[in-house]
Amino acid sequence: MPEKGPIRNFGRIISGRTARVKDANQTAEDSELKLIPGNEISSKLDAWWWLVAVVALIIIGLMVFKPDPYWNIMLFVRNGLLITIVLTLVSFIFILMVGMIGGLGRIAKNPVIHFIATVYVEIFRGIPLLVQLIWWYFAAPVVIQSFGRAINFEPLAHYQSNALLLAVMGLVFCYGAYMSEIFRAGIQSIHKGQIEAARSQGMTYMQAMRYVILPQAFRVVLPPVGNEFIMLIKDTSLVSVVAVADLTRSGREFMAAHFNPIETWTMIALLYLVMTLFFTRVIDWLEKKRGYEK
Amino acid sequence: MGEEPIIKIQDVHKYYGRVHALRGVTLNIDRGEVVVILGPSGSGKSTLLRCINHLEVYNTGKIVVDNILLKSAQNINAVRREVGMVFQQFNLFPHLTVLENVTLAQRVVRKRQPAEAKKIAMDLLKKVGIEHKFEVYPAQLSGGQQQRVAIARALAMNPKIMLFDEPTSALDPEMIKEVLDVMLALAKEGMTMVVVSHEMGFARAAASRAIFMDEGQIIEQGPPDQLFSSPSHDRTRLFLSKVLQI
Repeated sequence: MPEKGPIRNFGRIISGRTARVKDANQTAEDSELKLIPGNEISSKLDAWWWLVAVVALIIIGLMVFKPDPYWNIMLFVRNGLLITIVLTLVSFIFILMVGMIGGLGRIAKNPVIHFIATVYVEIFRGIPLLVQLIWWYFAAPVVIQSFGRAINFEPLAHYQSNALLLAVMGLVFCYGAYMSEIFRAGIQSIHKGQIEAARSQGMTYMQAMRYVILPQAFRVVLPPVGNEFIMLIKDTSLVSVVAVADLTRSGREFMAAHFNPIETWTMIALLYLVMTLFFTRVIDWLEKKRGYEK
Repeated sequence: MGEEPIIKIQDVHKYYGRVHALRGVTLNIDRGEVVVILGPSGSGKSTLLRCINHLEVYNTGKIVVDNILLKSAQNINAVRREVGMVFQQFNLFPHLTVLENVTLAQRVVRKRQPAEAKKIAMDLLKKVGIEHKFEVYPAQLSGGQQQRVAIARALAMNPKIMLFDEPTSALDPEMIKEVLDVMLALAKEGMTMVVVSHEMGFARAAASRAIFMDEGQIIEQGPPDQLFSSPSHDRTRLFLSKVLQI
């Protein structure tokens, strides 16, 4: 087999060299880690694949062998499914940005920045997501319109609410608060010696953050960030309450029209499950790929 | 030679909350000098070292490094560029390869081109004897190898002064020598070095001066042989007797 590149195969290169040098001290740590019982994660990952495959097969099987109602459900909710996926992905990109800024704000030495970041996190973490979504949909437009009238600014005074946009706002602000705390913890988990080593070489605070601390923090936060992503997929179902035609809302509409709750909600549940299982696998893969100590 | 000392420390005091860590330390270090600082833990020797490149902020007194007074924020980075530091825990960047560890600050701080930075890095890695491991990540190296990479990383910035904060304390006994050999070679080249360490052998072989600190003060100093064999102070004698027993 041709080697793909020296970096990818560093583990192999080292173990080969170690064997030649025969120096016990140079034994690569990665090979030792795999020897610890319970560290063999590959078999667990295979279990995930099986589960995804089985759930996907059940969905396809139901649609093929019992097209009425399952194929009809699928046809009816496919736009909702798309909205759920797009809503999750778009929100998540902004959540990561808010979390990054919020996390840096929470560890900032500047008291004003620290105060603002802390107040933000505490407020949005302390209110149920559903209440926040409802506030954005029903209250925020009125606030914006009143504000527009107060300053005599026509476009704002006649602000027409966009349900999808307001739902994204609700998700981003709430999840951004959680994400800020994850990023803060990730940055703080990096040993103090790292920033000292960077600063002692003359790097500025921002340079040390960018080149030394954040790349390591990203690896640390990948599992909790992935967890947030999975939770976000499921929590987007709450937007069905605020006039967004997502997967859950489509399911409710189908059930209302055809009166078959068991089939409808089994199908909806399976669709959510196959999504979360799939993305869990993607996150596992990312974690494995980004590990530098293996 | 009648030259200005490269490091001038004048009556420096440092408090950690209510703990008085440095109690009026005054010390001048000349260009090319190798100074070994020893003393019991909590004596303030690491704190003093860390004040020289401002990883710790001293409360009163004055530290002048290479004619730059350490006070304002811009001065700190100017000084840090000229002062290399080696840590007890190596503090290599685990997400970067050995080569990237040695080139990062060159590129970011010194603004060197990648090719130039790489050449300097490879020469230094050769000097510390790990050039064949340049593509490896720090976790794949032994402690002694990591510390040698850390020395190369600090040297890559062409420092005028090198600070060593207990560079061999975290190492297995059989790896101490490989690090001390690198430090010895560096001392022979005329590098100004301040070393916090209890390695008597290194002090005797390389140091021009040994300094004994206790309770935030310099108790006594002198040529290593003289300080180790006939200390004039009781506290020094007591400390040395404990260290030499091991």
